Amino acid sequence: MSQANLAVDPHAAVMEESPFAIPSSKLVMWLFIISDAVTFGAFLFAYGYIRNASTDWPTPFEHASIWNALLMTFILVTSSLTILFAVRAAQNDDRAGAFKWTLITAGGGTLFAILHLREWSSLIGEGVRMFQNPWGAPMFGATFFTITGLHMLHVIGGVIALTVVALTYRAGRYSAKHIEIWSLYWHFVDIVWMFVVPMVYLLNMKR
Amino acid sequence: MSEAAAHHGPPQGFIRKYVFSLDHKIIGLQYYGLALVAVFVGMFLSWLMRFHLVWPNAAIPGLQLLSKVGAPGGLITPEYYLSLLTMHGTLMVFFVLTNAPFAAFGNYFLPIQIGAEDMAFPRFNMMSFWTTFVAFVVLLAAFVVPDGPPISGWTAYAPLSAIGKDAGPGLDMGQNLWGISIAIFCIASLLGSLNFIATTLDLRAKGMTLMRMPLSTWAWFVTSCIALLAFAVLLPACLLLVLDRVAGTSFFVPAGLVVSDHLQPHSGGSPLLWQHLFWFFGHPEVYIAILPAMGIVSHILINSMRKPLLSHKVVIGSMMAIGFLSYMVWGHHMFLSGMNPFSALVFSFPTLMITIPATVLTLIWLGSLYGSRLQITAASLFALGFISMFVSGGVSGFFLAQPSIDIYLHATYFVVGHFHLVMGVAAIFGVFAGTYFWMPKMTGRMMNETLGKIHFWLSFVGAYCIFMPFHYLGLAGNVRRYSSFVDDFMAPLMPVHKFITIAALCTGAAQLIFLYNLIHSRFWGPPAPVNPWNATSLEWTVPSPPPWNNFGGVHPVVYHDPYQYSVEGAKEDFIMQNSPEQVKTTVRS
Repeated sequence: MSQANLAVDPHAAVMEESPFAIPSSKLVMWLFIISDAVTFGAFLFAYGYIRNASTDWPTPFEHASIWNALLMTFILVTSSLTILFAVRAAQNDDRAGAFKWTLITAGGGTLFAILHLREWSSLIGEGVRMFQNPWGAPMFGATFFTITGLHMLHVIGGVIALTVVALTYRAGRYSAKHIEIWSLYWHFVDIVWMFVVPMVYLLNMKR
Repeated sequence: MSEAAAHHGPPQGFIRKYVFSLDHKIIGLQYYGLALVAVFVGMFLSWLMRFHLVWPNAAIPGLQLLSKVGAPGGLITPEYYLSLLTMHGTLMVFFVLTNAPFAAFGNYFLPIQIGAEDMAFPRFNMMSFWTTFVAFVVLLAAFVVPDGPPISGWTAYAPLSAIGKDAGPGLDMGQNLWGISIAIFCIASLLGSLNFIATTLDLRAKGMTLMRMPLSTWAWFVTSCIALLAFAVLLPACLLLVLDRVAGTSFFVPAGLVVSDHLQPHSGGSPLLWQHLFWFFGHPEVYIAILPAMGIVSHILINSMRKPLLSHKVVIGSMMAIGFLSYMVWGHHMFLSGMNPFSALVFSFPTLMITIPATVLTLIWLGSLYGSRLQITAASLFALGFISMFVSGGVSGFFLAQPSIDIYLHATYFVVGHFHLVMGVAAIFGVFAGTYFWMPKMTGRMMNETLGKIHFWLSFVGAYCIFMPFHYLGLAGNVRRYSSFVDDFMAPLMPVHKFITIAALCTGAAQLIFLYNLIHSRFWGPPAPVNPWNATSLEWTVPSPPPWNNFGGVHPVVYHDPYQYSVEGAKEDFIMQNSPEQVKTTVRS
């Protein structure tokens, strides 16, 4: 750095306005999202790699499964909308409203997880295992269960976090900031699903 | 701005103060201690390997206590040689080269250098150390499970690492422990890097603009940005590896593999997938090890030269460029793995491009040294040693980066010499430089300079004696990872191996001087003043060692760039960053 303007400028000692002037906790959530996105990316890369390397990759999803996936998508996207309502209510100091909308979001996540687990159990009933299925390449089950399982873990973790945030917020120990930070996480879970649906479901639709 | 600053009170009681401490300084020391244990274990393993290579039929008394199967009667079996090699690499890369320059010094000095009371998230910080500690214990547990540590190397190449005990000893429980340990280590590193980035961006003192941060802080910052993405890929890779091993999936194992006369029940996976995921982490990891050392060395050299580097901005830019490019070159580890030859060409190009910022850095160091009156201390000697090792190790990188030459040199001792010099020895020299420079601040006691200089010359000459002949061996066709060369075409090379082994034993023993110096000065060294090196950055404005809240509750204000040395018209020949002293002109040579 040029040393010339050092000590002569009396304003040089004043902290410059930082472009990153957001609370540290929010920054860390963004950093976590970046890092977690890379982790999901690695899983999806592994899936694509193995799918491309297989000659007998099964495409078993009937219309019913696709409709189920679309219903789950609808629920998850709607819950992204309800968390927006929660953030807006919290920023307007509407504590009851923010509490309500956060819990509704957690409810949406729960519904999503239930639908997902139902789908898992019906697939398991059809004979899909981690390394076995009635249709073709055994790795189908491994990639399906690891990717959707990791996503479901994120959803369940998010539901727990949102519930805790909602209760703590109602008790007055959390502010609108916390709801906003966890809304970022929730949107991220939603966006990941937007990659999972086409890659894991639509590509494997029965033709 | 700094709303998330840690406002934990002074710690009470031994456990809170020294064990589950929230204080970044204690956590830094804990990381340093862990790295110190790991480095001596790792070095001991390398001694065993060097000894076995040269005297394959000589028993090492007592070694059977470590493993009855691996070293019956103290004689290392070829398989156990590979186990030692795996543990040496894993310990050194993860628990020494990642922990010491980055986590240990970064934790201790990053907050102080930017004028913060603590890390942004002290609890995350404590968790990240103790998670690392668990990873360390899980890894060492591989020594006590019945079939010993895995034999697949620190790179854990599939399918060797992905199939069970059919493939050899250590590939049952030992490899599981390895995978779990590294996955835990990834989580710890992710927590750590989140914390470093948030701290750097949010907790800087008034006046501490990004460009006023010392180069060491910049290096830790860039490193944490690399670590945030690199470990995020190694984590899923390790999870998938463990799934392959315990859940019967087959991410990394192809169909029809027969091992030990058993058809493996796997199909559909690809060993190349492991290599892609692993090296996408593995190459940035090299820079996670070396970048902090670059920052530390710059910080120390500037102090010893009593003048700033030729350009602060270009150094920062070069470190960023190295960090960015490090993500585009992972394929150069896989030239011979069966990739499309065209990909090899594509990966070769950015690999050679990395030499540009690396050369710029080196030229800036050398150009700044030119004409300066360098004060010779143990710290500045090790800083110079770092540059020497970095250049010597880096030059062989030119050869390896080109697919056509790499075909010949791949998996020979040439590669071993290359990465030991550029990644291992160079980074460790950075850690030594940092230790001699900062230990007075960390312990409040001065280290012995004479012993430090003796330690330097023995290590410097010793490291070259060990690793330079490796290049010769590699050019002569000596392959790596063999446990003995007696009956091979490599037998004529045995005298070189003997020389290397003797050099390794001596250089390793020289490290005891360092250990003695460290321990002796910690307890009986002369007390360190606040600013023993007449340095300018904020860590030298606080007592040695600093109080629990660093600045005693006062928020420092920063008025200057980090390296105001040889300032004309100033009261002394330097101006502290927090000194309100104003001078009309600043002249640099």
